[in-house]
Amino acid sequence: MPVLWLVLIILGLAALGFIMGRQRALKSAGGDSRKLHSLPNYYGANVALSVLVPSFGVLIVWLLAQPMLIDRAVSAMIPPELIPENTTTGLVMSDVRRVAEGLDVAVEKGAMSASEANSVRSEFTDLRARLGDVGVALGQDVRPEVLRAAQRYRTLNATGNMALTIVICLVAVAGFINALRHCTAEYRARNVVERAILVILMAAASIAILSTIGIVLSMLFESVNFFGLHRWTDFFFGTTWAPNFRGDSELSILPLLWGTLYISFIALLVAVPVGLFAAIYLSEYAGSKTRSFAKPLLEILAGIPTIVYGLFALLTVGPLLVKVFGQGDNGLLGVEWMSGATSVLTAGIVMGIMLIPFVSSLSDDIINAVPQSMRDGSLGLGATKSETIRQVVVPAALPGIVGAILLAASRAIGETMIVVMGAGAIAKFSVNPLESMTTITTRIVSQLTGDGDFASPETLVAFALGLTLFVLTLGLNVLALYIVRKYREQYE
Amino acid sequence: MYDAPSLGAQVEQQDIKISAKKVQVYYGDTHAIKDVDIEIESKTVTAFIGPSGCGKSTFLRCLNRMNDTIDICRVEGDIILDGEDIYDKKVDPVQLRAKVGMVFQKPNPFPKSIYDNIAYGPRIHGLAKSKADLDEIVEKSLRRGAIWNEVKDRLHAPGTGLSGGQQQRLCIARAIATEPEVLLMDEPCSALDPIATAQVEELIDELRNQYSVVIVTHSMQQAARVSQKTAFFHLGHLVEYGATGNIFTTPQDERTESYITGRIG
Repeated sequence: MPVLWLVLIILGLAALGFIMGRQRALKSAGGDSRKLHSLPNYYGANVALSVLVPSFGVLIVWLLAQPMLIDRAVSAMIPPELIPENTTTGLVMSDVRRVAEGLDVAVEKGAMSASEANSVRSEFTDLRARLGDVGVALGQDVRPEVLRAAQRYRTLNATGNMALTIVICLVAVAGFINALRHCTAEYRARNVVERAILVILMAAASIAILSTIGIVLSMLFESVNFFGLHRWTDFFFGTTWAPNFRGDSELSILPLLWGTLYISFIALLVAVPVGLFAAIYLSEYAGSKTRSFAKPLLEILAGIPTIVYGLFALLTVGPLLVKVFGQGDNGLLGVEWMSGATSVLTAGIVMGIMLIPFVSSLSDDIINAVPQSMRDGSLGLGATKSETIRQVVVPAALPGIVGAILLAASRAIGETMIVVMGAGAIAKFSVNPLESMTTITTRIVSQLTGDGDFASPETLVAFALGLTLFVLTLGLNVLALYIVRKYREQYE
Repeated sequence: MYDAPSLGAQVEQQDIKISAKKVQVYYGDTHAIKDVDIEIESKTVTAFIGPSGCGKSTFLRCLNRMNDTIDICRVEGDIILDGEDIYDKKVDPVQLRAKVGMVFQKPNPFPKSIYDNIAYGPRIHGLAKSKADLDEIVEKSLRRGAIWNEVKDRLHAPGTGLSGGQQQRLCIARAIATEPEVLLMDEPCSALDPIATAQVEELIDELRNQYSVVIVTHSMQQAARVSQKTAFFHLGHLVEYGATGNIFTTPQDERTESYITGRIG
């Protein structure tokens, strides 16, 4: 693990730098820390930071760039006729990497000497068998070109790693010496550390933003590929979802969107009243004792993995609904409206249960934030508690509550596991909540986990679906934030 | 208005509206009000003065049972309003509060329109038979709150958009819209500038024609200006109670005198 060692060396050097920087600064002030510009620890931190930051920066960039450069150099060695029909260079390259790793393992286990690994010829040795002996299974015999590419890959990698070690050590030592020279009483180490902290915080913030942009871009590129293979009019305005492998699939988002919105609507129908009433009870009526155990208990619901809710839908709620609405004369209502356990209603109810703590805990915070003086004013006019809540507290908290509901809605739209298990897999337009339907998220799962060709529209449609879903939930979140912000200004 | 003996003589003929006997209030273990006996007259402005934490606001909140909303608060003793003990089990605090209105220290208009703020009380108590009736109540209350001219063109604008002084007059108008018999005011002018304070004081003086007004204030000038009777509270005791003119000119108790002359506070 050369990289781990490198990291340890850098950290050790930084720790040493901290101690030495501190001592050197103190010595330059004759042992009197009051004569220093900054506290001694700042001088130490300055040295440690100038060891850590540049060397880790170079390390990260190097580790990202090296595989790319080596891949490019090695894939140039592979003749085009070696690449089978319908595959890409990537597949052959993964063969190359596998052979290279196999050689590494063989050398490590002593089954092969280092020089032998570099000179072995597949024309003379059964490399597949020899690698198999050390536990590396290869799918086919190793072709000479691939072996040579793998050997080249290994040498390049070894050179790269060696260079990396040297460069990193040089950078770390240079930073160490440079910062140590600055450990004098006049040097403003405190300001430098302050700026370094600012940079670190900014880097953290930009990673969060950049990764969002990265996610959107990756979805966008694959979606563009999809729309190159499939008509966009069919995707947005068609009425049928019927993927097949003959190449004439009808891939329209509308039936899926309908299923998604219908299930989310039922979920909100369950979650909003229950969650809101629970929040009102907890914040306005419950005593501090009830509150102290009921609120965490309710929030436990939020910690249950959604797959468990899915099981609940499949095993409990679905059969229960069938017992009520189905089974003909054996059922509770004596009707035959529902045949299978999976239905819009099953998924909607269970998803609603999942969203209850989401709605209630956000609403609870918002209701608690309504000033007590409002309640006093209303009670002082002779209103009862529920009149006060209905006419003063809830209207005052309404923008926040609407925001909470919209956030819950965007979670409902993006929810996957419950609908995979509870809603079924039939894409259609129907208003009957007792029928199976399917949603965007379940279709993404099934399109990507199938064994379809990755470059086909049937697989790529997943990205277009995902992007649409992203835009939808983003829109809801923006709307929620807008409402919360707009009305908050008005009522304060 | 230190010289108000004529007013004092006038109010002595008034009926007793509220009479409190041996009232004790506890917050948990703290004994906040000790043995307070007081008789508040109708159609009179009674001022409660005293240093911070002396219990005057607490006692005020006993008069319409607003203390019920505080879990740890406990009230003992008798408070009789029109011959009825308001802490009796038969009394519904909600009904009581319709009869004994309250205006708070900080203006607290509801996040509704000016019209709906005033109509709130009449609506929940069913005081208006028709929309026209309600309109009339709203206008009358706003006029009596001395704010009608300022808001008549924007009755449907939010009440929270008014200035602090206007908001407080709106809250007073809101309180009188339910036709209470007693109006409790807990430092109604502490968040207002001198001009708004003068307007509210003028309003209080007018309200005296119909209601008993009890006002808690930190300003002795204000007590002297608006009240006919003054009660001085100190450390939970009612130290002295009498005609405002007498309290401010010839206090009987030396604690009252010290407070009025600024030696304790």
